[in-house]
Amino acid sequence: MPRHDVLVIGAGLAGQRAALAAAELGVSVAIVSKVHPVRSHSNAAQGGINAALGENDTWESHAFDTVKGSDYLGDQDAISIMCKEAPEEILHLEHLGVPFHRNAEGKLGTRAFGGASQARTYYVADITGQAIMHVLYEQLMKYSDKVDRYEEYFTTALALDDNGHCCGAVMRNVRDGSMELFEAKNVILATGGNGQIWRPTTNALICTGDGIAQAYRIGAPLMDMEMIQYHPTTLAGKGFLITEGARGEGAHLLNAKGERFMEKYAPNKMELASRDVVSRAEQTEINEGRGFPDGTVALDITVVPKKRIHEALREIVLVGRDFAGVDITREPIRIKPGNHYTMGGVKTDTDGATEVPGLYAAGECACVSVHGGNRLGANSLLDTLIFGRRAGVHAATRAKGIGFSRVSKAVLTDEERQIESIIGRERGSGRRVSEIRKELGETMDKYVAVFRDEEGLTKALETVRRLKEEAKDAYIDDKGTVFNQDVLGALELGYMLDCAECACVGALHRTESRGAQFRTDYPERNDEEWLKHINLRRGDDGPEISYSEVTITEWQPAERTY
Amino acid sequence: MATYTLRVRRQKPAEDNDQALAEPYWEDFEVELDPTLSVLDGLLQAKDQQDGSLAVRCSCRAAICGSCGVKINGQSTLACKTQIGEAQEAADRKHPDVDAGGADVPRSNGNGNNVITVEPMGNMPVIKDLVTDMESTHWTKIRRVTPWLLDDGNPPERERIVPPESMVDITQTIACIQCGACVSSCLSMEADPDFIGPAALAKAYRFVGDPRDVDTEARLNDLAQDPHGIYDCTHCFSCVDACPKGVAPMDQIMRLRRLAGHDHDIDDRNNGRRHETAFVKIIEKKGTLDESLLLQESYAQGIKGKLKPSKAAIKGLLGSLPTAIRGIKTGKMRSLPKLIPGIHPKLPGDAQDHVKRIYKHAEEHREELNLYISGVEDDEPAEVGASAETTVENAEERRDS
Repeated sequence: MPRHDVLVIGAGLAGQRAALAAAELGVSVAIVSKVHPVRSHSNAAQGGINAALGENDTWESHAFDTVKGSDYLGDQDAISIMCKEAPEEILHLEHLGVPFHRNAEGKLGTRAFGGASQARTYYVADITGQAIMHVLYEQLMKYSDKVDRYEEYFTTALALDDNGHCCGAVMRNVRDGSMELFEAKNVILATGGNGQIWRPTTNALICTGDGIAQAYRIGAPLMDMEMIQYHPTTLAGKGFLITEGARGEGAHLLNAKGERFMEKYAPNKMELASRDVVSRAEQTEINEGRGFPDGTVALDITVVPKKRIHEALREIVLVGRDFAGVDITREPIRIKPGNHYTMGGVKTDTDGATEVPGLYAAGECACVSVHGGNRLGANSLLDTLIFGRRAGVHAATRAKGIGFSRVSKAVLTDEERQIESIIGRERGSGRRVSEIRKELGETMDKYVAVFRDEEGLTKALETVRRLKEEAKDAYIDDKGTVFNQDVLGALELGYMLDCAECACVGALHRTESRGAQFRTDYPERNDEEWLKHINLRRGDDGPEISYSEVTITEWQPAERTY
Repeated sequence: MATYTLRVRRQKPAEDNDQALAEPYWEDFEVELDPTLSVLDGLLQAKDQQDGSLAVRCSCRAAICGSCGVKINGQSTLACKTQIGEAQEAADRKHPDVDAGGADVPRSNGNGNNVITVEPMGNMPVIKDLVTDMESTHWTKIRRVTPWLLDDGNPPERERIVPPESMVDITQTIACIQCGACVSSCLSMEADPDFIGPAALAKAYRFVGDPRDVDTEARLNDLAQDPHGIYDCTHCFSCVDACPKGVAPMDQIMRLRRLAGHDHDIDDRNNGRRHETAFVKIIEKKGTLDESLLLQESYAQGIKGKLKPSKAAIKGLLGSLPTAIRGIKTGKMRSLPKLIPGIHPKLPGDAQDHVKRIYKHAEEHREELNLYISGVEDDEPAEVGASAETTVENAEERRDS
């Protein structure tokens, strides 16, 4: 049985950063991932990473922009930590070899990004996430004697000891189907968001909320699950992302009449208002008949010089060419708001610790909360690295002070039985797993999207609960052991449904409009009643609701205009 | 919406032994989708609606995660990046007469339509269906090139100051998503499985080209001296065609060669540098390749076409004879007179002067093979294709010699 001081689950940026930070403190570390680490979804972060590193910039300014962007739901202690530690982290990455863009003097150069009062986004063309993640993976290869890598190992459940402390996890080796209990003094979840609950989404097929649901199932509360970001520029139908960096480089948003409509919604920041504001503006144009017949508006990148596009937005040139048949250097591209980011997640403190001792969470699966009601562009990479590192350090330090607990193998047996039972279901005994997944995605995108109301949210919640029942006897085709993706898909569906239920319950419960949650039946922000986090704990009849205070240190809630 | 037939090469674990594979077979999946959707969308539809046991790695669907490397109609690529309508057109172009026999795989779906074939990547063992073992091949080769920055151990307080274009330069290789399509398509690796290969060598350039790395000379020496290193590439352009991200691995290998042989003056024991220089000199002198001079020039440099073979050259020539004879026997070397010195035709008119001018230009202007810097790609796709074909022929010739 593999045994480690720190077991990191998920190998995107947060996971890799956590593993490296823990290993530096000399404890034994394993990192497991259901896909090869470089396939992780941190790849998709195109535009950059924020830090107040410039001479005229301050961490306070970055923090204030983040607080305002969060619609005052972000916790200001966590935001302050993130913004203070950002410059050092960027320099650390530079020293490891990330080829950040340089200015003419050869120093780190920046680009403008949404919701920011200064150009403080550091970047590598439009593949920033990929570049950083590949450099961290280089470090994992370099330190292979200090960090054990388990690539293509699927975590099915977390293990608790008799005291209710997290003490490991059950793994299925995807390659041969063998199941094993991985023992650990601490487990760090870095499993990413749950965007696959929506269809379409910018998120990869692997973003199924596994860690969020697994933490929820062993009693950790989830927070602000209703806060779901719709990104302003995604390709219609396919959901592919067009980086905010395009607007950062100067691209315009146009409606079907050719009007630069952001003048009406955000006269100062225009296209670079925060994402919830821009997405609502676009959706309003579309809903009021000023979009194109296919339910889109246009992003005009042709105003950016061609050489600059090729150098700084190359990925978008490829996305336009390969997935939309559009040469973005010559013509505008049709876009619409699309599901993009999970602001909520497993509730943690600023060291990544959840309420279950021994269990940590970092990155998109966690809710510290630095993003509150709306995440600023280029703050997600920062979140993964800062809180990944902090969780790694804290978990390693904790591991030094405690021994391994006695782990019962019952959880392994339970998981093996669960998988046997899924494989044992007869073809035609219920619905196909893929059908349920599709209905879930379409339902969520219809009712739990940019604009919401009680009627729609109620429908969504009812649908999710029906699908949860149907999932219990949904069948799969693959009965084998080697690379059985079918059975993993059935497990993922279960995680997705738990997360979806929480998103619906949160959205229905929060009777106000704040950040990404816009209720047409409650169109105003209501600080008196709702300046608080919604916490959801697993109960017998679905999520049990409680609240926690928003930490406010320096910045009092104020009206939000861009 | 249109209907397509995906003919998928499948392979499952043997029934009695999980460690071994059963015989591969082809299975057809009829899928219905918009022509602008991808072959991956087609495979996922088949998996969702017909057979969930069909194994294919995939995640992002947007050509950034590098999971879904496969061969479509024989061409290594990403399934998510290939539009199914275009794959159908490619299949139709490849086999205009659908019902004609003779192909190793039947190309018709029985209704007079071509099928789109989907196979696992090449140069890697199959685990199941379209899933290959990249760990024992691709990743082992990546680890071979010391794939991390070797710095001086004393990072400055702030960032390192470097020329801005150097970062843009290595961004082209950082753009590699490790999908393995280039490895799958690599003809040299087919012949020499130990070849470090296009992906790992592109990764090596990422460090060699990085001014922050302090081990440039040692890296270059290592890659040049390795008998399976930079001189193992035959210039066939397959990896350039296969790469979904414009990394152009072969270009990076050529840049490594230029840095090793020209800039760092590394004389490798594989005779790679001298062989390459021989090509350059012969073309400079004759405009086209006079193969009768190639070996001699490679082994006894500086003679510039006058036949005065040295001992080393004779030894090298003799050592190469079995290869040459094999070439003649198998019909690869079709023109025997080419091997007779002195009869190679000159270029007509003043063409040789044009060649010389090109050489002069190349000496005065160092062109870097980097799209991020030149900022243009595929403006003239037809021309790019044509030049690629010409070079494939050259590569063939070179392997003969």
